[in-house]
Amino acid sequence: MANSVTTTQENRPARDQQQAQSRRGWILPQVNIVESKDGYVLEAEMPGVNKAGLEILLEGNELTIVGRRKVDVPNAQLVYRESPDRDYRRTFELDPAIDTGRINARMDNGILYLELPKSDRVKPRKINVE
Amino acid sequence: MKLARFQRPDLWNWSAFDQLTNIRDEINRLFESPYENGNSDGFNSWAPALDVYEDNDNLVVRAEIPGMKKEDIDISLHDKVITVSGERKHEKKYEGGKTSREERFFGRFTRSIALPKQVDTDRVKATYTDGVLTVTLPKSEEAKPRQIKVQD
Repeated sequence: MANSVTTTQENRPARDQQQAQSRRGWILPQVNIVESKDGYVLEAEMPGVNKAGLEILLEGNELTIVGRRKVDVPNAQLVYRESPDRDYRRTFELDPAIDTGRINARMDNGILYLELPKSDRVKPRKINVE
Repeated sequence: MKLARFQRPDLWNWSAFDQLTNIRDEINRLFESPYENGNSDGFNSWAPALDVYEDNDNLVVRAEIPGMKKEDIDISLHDKVITVSGERKHEKKYEGGKTSREERFFGRFTRSIALPKQVDTDRVKATYTDGVLTVTLPKSEEAKPRQIKVQD
């Protein structure tokens, strides 16, 4: 557990509070996570969310991503819907090796790209024999 | 050709399923499954969600296909059926990386949906923003609502 970015149980109190605000609940975005020796890259699918609707919260070793959709067909009547009428939210437990001060986020065509670099002290390094 | 989830809009009473959907959501949340949206019928294919909107002049079809290139999306119209297809390519390669979670789907997809009204095929417009494809299909003149004046 400690050595990867893992998903955790939803943050219950926060969720209840949020649900009271919008009874609709949340949807979990689908993610890919790749680890390299320099850090992690997390990709999360959040179609309909732009930079303004994105929120990234860091609390202890928990990282929460929230994506709020913007209504893009405002004046039309809904005929048929498959897309969930809910915003995105997912919480991850972070590897302690991650340097939380250098996390970098970018939205591109509905995909959130998060770069979570490992701090230099945990990176493998070569020690020269004197 | 993928025909999953093809449903005539007029037969789909979605509000009746709200209760069931809520229960399913709770269960999915328990197991942390991001696939509650029915985005796939297995682990090797996917189908984006489609929405249909209507106003006085247009039908609007909205498809959630994040991470696409515009040129990889195809839209075709045949009779009153619109088909959105394309291919999402694995554009990012992380050399020497170790995958710890892989939930996203890549590859080809096809979705079709029957439109509730006749549309003017020559004036169809499509945009792709924030991972959402929006196709605006102007209704043909015969399909538009009309006010009829009562003559004396």
